[in-house]
Formats: sequence, C-alpha cells, structure tokens
Amino acid sequence: MINASVLYALAGVVLFGMGVYAMIAYPHLLRKILGMNVMGVGVFMVFIAISYQGPEQRADPVPHALVITGIVVAVCATGLALALATQLHALTGSARIPADGEE
Amino acid sequence: MRDLRVLEHHHDDDTAMTPPRLIILALSVLMVVGLALAALSFPAGDARLATLAMAALPQSGVLNPVTAVLLNYRGYDTLLEVAVLLLAILGIWAVAPQARIWIRRPDTPVLAAFVQLLLPLMVVVAGYLLWLGADEPGGAFQGGAVLGALGVLWVAAAVWLSNARRGNLLRPLLGIGLAAFITAAVALLLARGSLLEYPSGQAKTIILIIEGAALFSIGATLTLLFVGGFPRRSDAP
Amino acid sequence: MILAGIFDIALITILLACAWLALTTPDLLRAVVLFIAFGLLAALAWVRLQAPDVALAEAAVGSGLTGALLLSTLSVMQRAEARRKQEHASATTEEERRA
Repeated sequence: MINASVLYALAGVVLFGMGVYAMIAYPHLLRKILGMNVMGVGVFMVFIAISYQGPEQRADPVPHALVITGIVVAVCATGLALALATQLHALTGSARIPADGEE
Repeated sequence: MRDLRVLEHHHDDDTAMTPPRLIILALSVLMVVGLALAALSFPAGDARLATLAMAALPQSGVLNPVTAVLLNYRGYDTLLEVAVLLLAILGIWAVAPQARIWIRRPDTPVLAAFVQLLLPLMVVVAGYLLWLGADEPGGAFQGGAVLGALGVLWVAAAVWLSNARRGNLLRPLLGIGLAAFITAAVALLLARGSLLEYPSGQAKTIILIIEGAALFSIGATLTLLFVGGFPRRSDAP
Repeated sequence: MILAGIFDIALITILLACAWLALTTPDLLRAVVLFIAFGLLAALAWVRLQAPDVALAEAAVGSGLTGALLLSTLSVMQRAEARRKQEHASATTEEERRA
C-alpha cells in the first residue's frame, strides 16, 4: 500500500509541473506569478512529505525549518515580482509578455 | 479600501488550449513523470539528520526542534534570510518609486475604529506566538506574519501611513532584525571564536532577543511589501 | 487507517483541482481567490503531515499575505485599464465631433 509520504510527494511533483506549465504557457504576468507560487508549494510539499515518518514518529524538523524560510522568501519574491509587473503595466499599458510572432 | 472595491470579474486573460500550449502541457507532463520517478527513488526512512537534530535539542536552549534548527543549528541561514527580506524591500523601492496602493482617508469610521481595536490584540498574539515558538509550534516568522497582517489591515483602512513621516517610522523597524542578528553573530564570533555558537545556559535568552528583533522586521517588511513602493501620501485618485 | 487514506486522497484531489483552476481560469480575480483557497488547503496538508509550524506560516504568509498582494496588484491594473478606456472613449467622441 502506498503510504501518505509517497502520496503527498507525488502530489507536490504534479503541482510543480502545473506551475511550470502556467509560467511558460500563459502570457499574463500575474498568472506567471501564480504559477511561480504553485511551483513553490509543490517543492514545499515534496520537502514536508519526505520529512513525514508515519503517525508514530516525530517528523524531521530540518526540512520544516527550510520550508518556513522558503515561504517567507517566496512572499518577498512575489512582492518584488508584483512591483515589477505593476511598473511594466504602468509604463506599457499591458502586463503581458507577448509570445514570439505576436505583436 | 476603495482599492479592493473596484475589483471586477473580467475574462481578461486568454487561457484557451492552443496547439503550442498543448505541446508545453505534454512536455510538462513528461517532466512530471521524470520527477515522480526520481521522487519515488528517494531513500526511505533516512532520518539521520532528524536523529542528530533531536539528540542536540537539550543543548539548543529551546524545546521546539524547528526553532532550534532555524535559530541555532542553521542560524546563519536565517540571518541571510532576514537580509533577503530587507533586500526585497530595497528592490521594490528601487523599481517602484510610488506606493502601489493609494493612501486615502477611509470612507467609513467603522473600519478604522475596528482596526484600532484589533491593534493591541494582534500585537499580543504576535508576542505570544514568539514566546510559544521556543517550546511549541510558533516563532518569529509566524508572529511576524501576524504583525504583517496587522500592518496590511492598517494600510488598507488608511489609519496608518497616512503621511510619509509615519512611513519613515517603519524604516528602523525594517533593519532592526538584521542589526540584532549581525550584532549577536559578531559578538559571539569575538567572544567564542565561532559564528552564532551560543554559550550553553544563555542560548534561550539570545535566541529570544534575536527573534524579538526579527519579529518587528518581518512585520514591517510584510507591511511594506503590501504598500508596494516608497510610502508617501498621494492625492491622486 | 482507511479513513486517513480517504482524507489524503480527497485533500490531494481538491488541492490539485484548486491549483489547476487557479492557473487556467480566464478570470484573473477568480484565479487569485482560488489561489488563496489553495494556500489554505496546503496549510491543512502541512498539519496532516505533522508540520504545524509550517502550517501557521503558510496560512498567514503563503495564503493571506500573498493573496492581499495579488488582489491589490490586480485592482491597480484594472483601475488603470478602466481609466485608459475612459480616456480613449472621450478622445474618440472629441474626434467625431470635430469630423
């Protein structure tokens, strides 16, 4: 039987893939930033899933500390990215990155 | 809060599945399969680091292993993270000279009064989370998040930061966490010859002092992230 | 044991569905709100995996503050677009009057 650790690690991998897809496929910067955050949550989920050692044992605290650090850094990166996107929108009137061949 | 009231539903982004996007999706699925195979091959039950972390817990000064990792075993890591928070704000101020949200008087006194009532409560909760963090789930980041939420509410209700002078009050708070961390690191380096190695017996005191300073820095940083630019009064609509 | 398994599968299904909808719905406001819900569900998953410290940080920072940041950015962009549309409309009526 598949245990919870493996299940959540796989879910994290899928989340990471979704984030990568959204970041590449969609031109709107806000959606790229959403994709970046979903990627981040996917990575965190793999970390936390690996540290989980069943209901009896206490989970490994080292990945937990890394993830807390990661969450706070992710929100900072998001804030900076949003400031850049806002500025781009104010200057060009659009928050999209056009694909090759588009105007 | 006028800011948030204008939010509307728009079909403002084209997310239809086009052939190039289908290719990207297929490639992403391939990547997920590869990563999943890699994730399945992780060595199971390798808890060497956890054993070490738990074994050293009595000497770390705190009972919460996560706080011990953050502030004791990997203190330099957290030191650099506090520096990253400061750098993020400096980056935002560099690219966005003006605050993103318009700071204006609230339309209703109820919101402002409510937020003012919340202030002491949330400060107490933040302090409690910090104190609790030594032994139970909690700590400077969680407490700082509560302070940041308070800051966001205050900015959104336009109680605070209604002029640039008050915005300037936040600046020392921004740096105080990093300053305390670096002071502790340098002092310990000079006294004991090793970076952030706490003398046994005083570890908890030092950790709580650093966390207390970091608490305010994290709260100020998160608030200023929301302001999204150099805080100043704006009379523009 | 079986109950826990059912909970895990339900939570993961909702998490993945929320994430996918947040990333693909054409309406950006809905996308941001779905992302906030996704963050809170992730916090639930951290509690399930015995990481209460991470759950606290995720619920407050990863979901709440990130959501506030995204909403305020979205409103700034929408307001600027509405203003531009208005200016454009008034400019065209001016031209029509002149013509």
